[in-house]
Amino acid sequence: MAIVDMTAREMASAVRNRELSATEVVEAHLSEISAHDREVAAFLLVLADEARHRARSIDEAIARGEEVGPLAGVPIAVKDNMTLRGVETTCASRILAGWRPPYTATVVQRVESAGAIVIGKTNLDEFAMGSSTENSGFFPTRNPIDLSRVPGGSSGGSAAAVAARFTPLALGSDTGGSIRQPASLCGVVGAKPTYGLVSRYGLIAFASSLDQIGPFARSVEDAAALLSVIASKDPMDSTSLGVGFDAAGIGEGVQGMRIGVVEEMLDGVSSGVASVLDSAIAALEAAGAAVERVSVPAARYGLSAYYLIAPAEASSNLARFDGVRYGLRVEGEDITETYLRTRERGFGAEVKRRIMLGTYALSAGYYDALYGKAQQVRTLIARDFAAAYEHFDALISPTSPTVAFRFGERSDPLSMYMSDVCTIPSNLAGHPGMSVPFGPAENGMPAGVQVLAPALREGVMFRVAMALEAAALEAAVPEWAKAAGSGGAA
Amino acid sequence: MSSDQISRDETLHIAHLARLAITDEEADLYSRQLSAVLAHARDIGALDIAGVEPTMHAVSMRNVMREDVVADSLDREEVLASAPSSEAGMFLVPRIVGEE
Repeated sequence: MAIVDMTAREMASAVRNRELSATEVVEAHLSEISAHDREVAAFLLVLADEARHRARSIDEAIARGEEVGPLAGVPIAVKDNMTLRGVETTCASRILAGWRPPYTATVVQRVESAGAIVIGKTNLDEFAMGSSTENSGFFPTRNPIDLSRVPGGSSGGSAAAVAARFTPLALGSDTGGSIRQPASLCGVVGAKPTYGLVSRYGLIAFASSLDQIGPFARSVEDAAALLSVIASKDPMDSTSLGVGFDAAGIGEGVQGMRIGVVEEMLDGVSSGVASVLDSAIAALEAAGAAVERVSVPAARYGLSAYYLIAPAEASSNLARFDGVRYGLRVEGEDITETYLRTRERGFGAEVKRRIMLGTYALSAGYYDALYGKAQQVRTLIARDFAAAYEHFDALISPTSPTVAFRFGERSDPLSMYMSDVCTIPSNLAGHPGMSVPFGPAENGMPAGVQVLAPALREGVMFRVAMALEAAALEAAVPEWAKAAGSGGAA
Repeated sequence: MSSDQISRDETLHIAHLARLAITDEEADLYSRQLSAVLAHARDIGALDIAGVEPTMHAVSMRNVMREDVVADSLDREEVLASAPSSEAGMFLVPRIVGEE
């Protein structure tokens, strides 16, 4: 099997047992990147020299017989809204072009301490606002399975990099579906943990009460392995829950489990995606679970509440980009004109749209009717999920109502927002959710099944995900990987 | 609910509050797009949920304190290195207070 087709856990064990060197693993991935990232455009920055240097020190440590971490020698890509000290971090925004942060995100520290090798920074919708990566301030990323289609977003670069076999692992962030939706559209595994399980220190804030970092991988076990490395208490994040994640037991199956299919998440779903979900239901029943429909009524209002709460928080968070302390400055006659010009030039259209929407939702006279009401809806959503979890261990739904769409197909903002209608409610509730690829839907494009669980029940969520993965059709691979004769990693 | 239409003038006003310079054409476009999003949010405007507690945060927690111990903070020179303009250990900004 080609190195780039191995799972992260296989790579780590081969490196530890000296069947492969970390250098060989890194070189294999760098060569895939240089052969195909011109077309895919997953990376904003490839850290080739740094990755080679890290690989050498890991190989030397192994040669000296030192203990190396559980991900030793495994490449990982990092969404470019997480910091690495001294390495350009842009959030795919012109307002941060050239910024070299003076500190490293906790998640990056943790994956590096576990021996993983950061191979590059991936593209995203500017400040993680979008569902297609078309809003990147630099260039769009293409879906490796069909280059004429979007990879989803906002973590489109990370999802595409994993699907393209540029890396077995990647980090993304999910505020309303930004890990799960691109995972579904690119045919990889992506998980959004419980709010507070993973530190947000060094994640540039979009909507602080919703943002959460999580793993991308091509296998459920790899995603679980990465989550167990990044889940931790962090004194640098006051919302850190102080618990970890233990992947033991995720292979125990779903025999006797009660799994609900969320009725409110079946509206407007394409026929291909609907039949993928039907096969997933049949597979879970065959594995011994009892699957039934369940209503989570307030989930219907998730989209409306989200598009008031997230922009409101964003308008406040993005006030820090003022041309004073970092990033772009366009000089004006006075400080106000400097702010106006800097932000006009530095931000793209979607970011401006959301800042204005949030400013409006928070403004005097509308606060109670818009922002306040959205926060009450958030309570209803949490309540309705709690009621469903009295009868079910986990819930499932499509991850996104459709497969990957073509570039420019959703120029109307609302139609773009609709692609996150199934993922948004769990961010509002703070619950975990993940997407597992479950075979092709329309046009041979991948579609994921979303698995939801109560707060801190990632173990249950991953068990369901493992059962789905075991029954799923073979994962879609890029054309060039088929030509090379390599299939999906078993 | 009357708050689901944002006029062109209101759009220009909001943009100024958010310190975003936008052109007249952009004001027209954003006015239409923001109105469409707010029209969608009319569904929650119509909900009768008086008395439901708002959720600010998925995790209810109080202020988180740590021990007050001396520790290193970010290096000042390194922080100032990414500023557009700095001098003598400080950020330099354009004039804020007028001459009169």
